[in-house]
Amino acid sequence: MTWFLLRRALAFTLTLWVVVSVSFFLMRAVKGGPFDSERELPPAIELALRAQYHLDWPLWKQYLQYLGPLNLDAHGPTWLGGDGSNCLTGLLAGDFGPSLRYRDLSVSEILGASLPISLALGCLALAWSMPAGLLLGCLSALRRGTRTDGAVRALATLGIAVPNFVLAGLLVLVFAFAWPVLPPAGYGELRHLVLPALALGAPVAAYVARLSRSGLLEALAQEWVRCARAKGLSERAVLLRHALRAGLMPVVAYLGPAAAGILTGSLVIEKIFAIPGTGSHFVNGALNRDYTLAMGVTIVYTALVFGLNVLVDLAQAALDPRIASRERA
Amino acid sequence: MKVFPDHGARPRTGGVLAWVVGLPLFLFALGLALGLRGTRPRAELSFNNGTEPASLDPAVATGLPEGRVLRCLYEGLVVKHPRTLEPLPGMAERWHLSADRRVYTFELRTSRDGSISEDGSIGARWSNGAPVVAQDFVASWQRLLDPRTGSGYGKELWRVRGAREWSTTLDEQGAPRLPFDGVGLRARDERTLVVELDAPWASFLDLVSLPALLPVHVPTLEALRAAHPSDWQRRWLRPRELVTNGPFRVLEHRVNERLRLERNPDYWDAARVGLATLDVWALESPVTALNLYEAGELDLLTEVPATLVPRLLERPDFRPAPILGTYFYRFNTARPPLDDARVRRALALVLPREEIARNVAGAGEVPAWSFVPPGLADYAGALLGTGAAAADAATARELLAQAGYGPQGRPLPTLELSYNTQGRHREIAEVAAETWQRELGLRVALAGRETKTFLDSQRSRDYDISRSSWIGDWPDAANFLEIFASESENNRTGWADADYDALLARAAAAAPAERLELLARAEARLLDQAPLAPVFYYVSRNLVRPGLLGFEPNVLDEHPPKFWSWAR
Repeated sequence: MTWFLLRRALAFTLTLWVVVSVSFFLMRAVKGGPFDSERELPPAIELALRAQYHLDWPLWKQYLQYLGPLNLDAHGPTWLGGDGSNCLTGLLAGDFGPSLRYRDLSVSEILGASLPISLALGCLALAWSMPAGLLLGCLSALRRGTRTDGAVRALATLGIAVPNFVLAGLLVLVFAFAWPVLPPAGYGELRHLVLPALALGAPVAAYVARLSRSGLLEALAQEWVRCARAKGLSERAVLLRHALRAGLMPVVAYLGPAAAGILTGSLVIEKIFAIPGTGSHFVNGALNRDYTLAMGVTIVYTALVFGLNVLVDLAQAALDPRIASRERA
Repeated sequence: MKVFPDHGARPRTGGVLAWVVGLPLFLFALGLALGLRGTRPRAELSFNNGTEPASLDPAVATGLPEGRVLRCLYEGLVVKHPRTLEPLPGMAERWHLSADRRVYTFELRTSRDGSISEDGSIGARWSNGAPVVAQDFVASWQRLLDPRTGSGYGKELWRVRGAREWSTTLDEQGAPRLPFDGVGLRARDERTLVVELDAPWASFLDLVSLPALLPVHVPTLEALRAAHPSDWQRRWLRPRELVTNGPFRVLEHRVNERLRLERNPDYWDAARVGLATLDVWALESPVTALNLYEAGELDLLTEVPATLVPRLLERPDFRPAPILGTYFYRFNTARPPLDDARVRRALALVLPREEIARNVAGAGEVPAWSFVPPGLADYAGALLGTGAAAADAATARELLAQAGYGPQGRPLPTLELSYNTQGRHREIAEVAAETWQRELGLRVALAGRETKTFLDSQRSRDYDISRSSWIGDWPDAANFLEIFASESENNRTGWADADYDALLARAAAAAPAERLELLARAEARLLDQAPLAPVFYYVSRNLVRPGLLGFEPNVLDEHPPKFWSWAR
């Protein structure tokens, strides 16, 4: 277990470094800069702005400054020629830098304000969609070939096929206008989160239903299930103790990356429901050439994907002893 | 739970089930714990500002959304009348202009102790209690002129005597080298600000009411800079630290959601401010904003979904009005065949303006036959073409023939029309391209680009024809015409014309009546040389809940919330 986590930590550091480096240089290679607009800045002003954010430095130096932990500008350590007032900076010092677009805020402040919101919405979406999908999937598998099965499969296909902005629009139409019980958008109270959580979770529920149905069907066809039944175990015990455990494997594998995507926020859902989460920063950061903000969101996203994948590995090992022994070997 | 159970461990019924039930419950609780932060009671008025303001620092903020917020928080020497846009007393109680029309003297409503001034109001104070003094304006404008501040508007103050020299004479670190005494900005005493211009300039009071020229409390900035050298630039703008002098102050800032403002009790004219609380929303989706308006959450939208404009036009609360803004195409005058003025003029002549304005833009936009929009007092500029489509098309073909293109000459090469993929730019470009092909036989390739990439190609003049727009800062033709001066950074066409520059220079020095005449001649020259093709003049697209008083249509689409109130 310790070795497993240590290996993962090492892989995580390496992955993060690669992601940071590649996105850093890719982003600077794209045309356009953070201070371009339809109204041109006087050249001297643009130079001053670029200098303020060190964009006038050679790329390698900007990269080193971004990584940290040593501050290379005029406030850096005295032995590097600075005045020593602010020696540490950059990622390794836990500093994501200032936002180039929202000049009153640092990237950490923006993420600090928006990430909990995306996480909250994501948690609520997962909280209903996982059990709902699982329940429907199991029901469908156990009633294979019946009308229930058909209905669940149709529903799941619909859930996957309907884009979430269409579903969101429909939900607003029905629950905010035709039958006005919920606000059409906004943020702050539970009633604001109901519709976005429904829209965000619907495709997850649909996938989970599909995957758990096929997983469970496959498990139920295995010889060890027949063996368990032959031992005289009740159908309930066969299902809960043995088949479900195996049937969950594909669901768990899917949930890791899916949860990462949901927890970091969906641009579309956040836009439609006016949720001030991280999703819009991901896109706007790139569109505004807000290099530091886009990097910050990318790093958070990478960390979440990686972290959740480790959790998935742990869960799979818990579900299937064979994986655990392979990990140990 | 043991994560890696031993081989052969007996699976328990409870294990999986506990996770299947427990995990969602845990997520639900976590979601509620993270996500519920409550809402404040609804503000007296909520309006959508379209985006999160880039900054609350008047010097660096340039956009319209930022301007709307800044005018709530700060007040300049003068404010504009909500309908006529005439300058009204703001921080300056009164002002006068010298006989040679070069020196403005502003008398501030300063009070040391909150005592009552002549008009019965309290004197002007900052939200930290300090009086607003003339020196605050000198320091704020010095900051604006300093290139290290990074202000896009500092240049506007270069008409002040010595200002240009001061902000362009720099040392190696980019700091101004000359003493500021040489600049014609002086605080004669606490109450008296004297501004000396290089030459008479009719728009100076308009300039003074721009968001960029709003004052900030520089002593607070300096104190924070000394205490926090690494992040003072952000720190002074936090709601808790921000020192303002306007009708409203920041109560709470929820990034990317809204700014809650409340009436500033220290504001000199607080009794006139009709709203106690004001919410400024940052919704980027006009559809969501419209939903919230319909649900009664928002009272004022500054933008509506383009596709719904025809239906909104039937409603009394949708109030589009002409504004000073022109949608136009730039021609790259360095690339053949667009290096020939006759070709450019031909293209400009046959644009299907009526069709675009009526059917594509659709909110009452007006076809543009000139670059300077109508609605400017006493200015009658030149027009392009005759306005009769058939005659203009004939003229255009003739111009092309003279330039050596068309049936008797060389075929026109395919040109690229680039636009940013937002709003209705693509539809407009399609109509334009189709008409050019039909009337002139010009093949046009459409190139939609992401905004920043698009702007980059326009700045570096890597285009043939490029979509553009210009919104006036103040009601004056020169504010439009000057962007095509050969030394203007906003020119972006490569067009440089000595006659045009000379006309603008003469206009700048001329007496008011003659000035407008010279500007009109400059515009005639501009349309004749056609480095651009005007398409339509913008209209505002405000959706305003009935009962809101003090919100008047005007050509700048500026609506100072100081004057807003609800009808009883």
